[in-house]
Amino acid sequence: MRVVWRVAVSVFRESVRDKVLYNLVFFAILLIAASALIGQLSAGQELKIIKDLGLAAMSIFGLFIAVFIGIGLVFKEVERRSIYSLLAKPITRTQFILGKYAGLVLTLAVNLGIMVAAFYAVLAWLDATTPAVLKRAWEAPALDPAMLTAVALVFVQLMVITAVALLFSTFSSPLLSAALTFGVFLAGHFSADLRDLEQAVQSPVITGVTRALYYLLPNLAAFDVKARVVHGDPVLWTDVGLAVGYGVLYIGALLTAAVWIFSRRDFK
Amino acid sequence: MAPPDTRQAVHPPSARLAALVVVLLAGSVGLQVVRDRTRPPEAVRDAVLYVPSGAVLQRLALSYDAVLADVYWIRALLHFGGTRLAEGRPKKYEVLYPLLSIATTLDPHFNIAYRFGAFFLSEPPPGGPGRPDQAIALLERGLAARPGKWQYMQDIGFVHYWWRRDYAEAARWFKRAADQPGAPWWLRSLAANTLAEGGDRRASRALWTALAETSDNDWLRREAARRLTQLDTLDVIDQVQAIVQRHIARGGDAPYTWEALVRAGLLRGVPTDAIGTPLELGPYTGRVALPGTSPLWPLPSEPPPSQAAPLSGAQGQ
Repeated sequence: MRVVWRVAVSVFRESVRDKVLYNLVFFAILLIAASALIGQLSAGQELKIIKDLGLAAMSIFGLFIAVFIGIGLVFKEVERRSIYSLLAKPITRTQFILGKYAGLVLTLAVNLGIMVAAFYAVLAWLDATTPAVLKRAWEAPALDPAMLTAVALVFVQLMVITAVALLFSTFSSPLLSAALTFGVFLAGHFSADLRDLEQAVQSPVITGVTRALYYLLPNLAAFDVKARVVHGDPVLWTDVGLAVGYGVLYIGALLTAAVWIFSRRDFK
Repeated sequence: MAPPDTRQAVHPPSARLAALVVVLLAGSVGLQVVRDRTRPPEAVRDAVLYVPSGAVLQRLALSYDAVLADVYWIRALLHFGGTRLAEGRPKKYEVLYPLLSIATTLDPHFNIAYRFGAFFLSEPPPGGPGRPDQAIALLERGLAARPGKWQYMQDIGFVHYWWRRDYAEAARWFKRAADQPGAPWWLRSLAANTLAEGGDRRASRALWTALAETSDNDWLRREAARRLTQLDTLDVIDQVQAIVQRHIARGGDAPYTWEALVRAGLLRGVPTDAIGTPLELGPYTGRVALPGTSPLWPLPSEPPPSQAAPLSGAQGQ
């Protein structure tokens, strides 16, 4: 476990050195500029739009970090030939993969944590500067803690995407890995359509294929409760629990596959 | 002897590079300004819906449909406001309903898009497209997403009352809204008043007063206050018109002017609307009217008294 942690910390340090956390500056500028501009454009919908924008920006920035760092996690070590010296040390390939994954997840967690703090700071400012009479129109309070549920599920979704990127990184080039990971991300939002396709086609072969794809591809829509929390609609704990459980099992499957592929690679 | 410093020759100082960037950027801005001055601005392009289907956009938006709904809402506001303020070209509002429809397809719980959208769509030309049918369709979509939302039912009643002058239907919707859990008590009396006094200015005043006092949205409150000011102006016009009629009955000759009425001792000065814009007097017709320059123009048209009579058939619905 200690070895995994060391690899994870080195991945995190490398991300910081690569100036990945600069995206936080963009996030802060985006939110502050949006809160100043949107008040003029949205006819009283600043709160909804800032919440929508903040939650979407967290998800998008996280997605880009997960994909563009995730795809190079293993490939860079192989290309730089540092994999040879690493594997010569007392570290197993499983520990290496898990450490790399944990490092990127740590980067994402720190990143998301700071974004959440900036997000709530902007919302607190909006809350403090809005007259009480206008607050009555809000569907949910500005500092609604329910938004943390949406953030938590965004985090689980990013963990899934990171695992997908890492899996591709174990056997493919960064360019192809990025294309495949984005492909999985897109397909993961259409899984409900795959399920519905069964009703539209007669062929049992196609029905079987679409059903297999439906279960094989990650159902990323399960992690999306952003609109619900913004409107103040309740999010059931059973739904959250099911989504998190699904995410954990899916990540486990992806990491196992990554370890399996990586352990079969010949670096001689 | 120390070797010569070649760094400067290989790498120009960064201050010099920064200055070059500033100079080049300033030059490009200057050229852009010259270009804008010499070329007249292009005619405003017709509003475009790049993707006309909300369902397709919903698919394309992945899990970012709420943000895209916000974008379409802002586009709807800009289209409505821009068209309304535009001068020298026909005010067509042709993509207002599609924009609102897409915004609410992407986010079916977008409360304000339904409520404001219905206001915008109902507004008669030139202030809006004058499409109460689309306003009702939009609100009914909102009701499909949130079946118990009494505010949408109230707004549908409002559109029937104000823009379609269908008081029976308006009363039916007010009553339906009143029957919803959490609906305010005054909706029930509003339904009864609408049935009894539909089209009457007093009933209209009650309707807008209720909205002004109970709305939790700033824009709706301001709109209701503006409508009440328009009703005040209608009262002023009626009073002044009666004075003009009296002047004509006493043998006052055309052309009629405010000065003549003041000289006759019927008025103290030029009458104004409720916010201070002088009223117009038709020199040969003697008709008192609000000028088009008033922020309150156009005033709502009112049905003749026969149409405002109580309507039957909606009771008990």
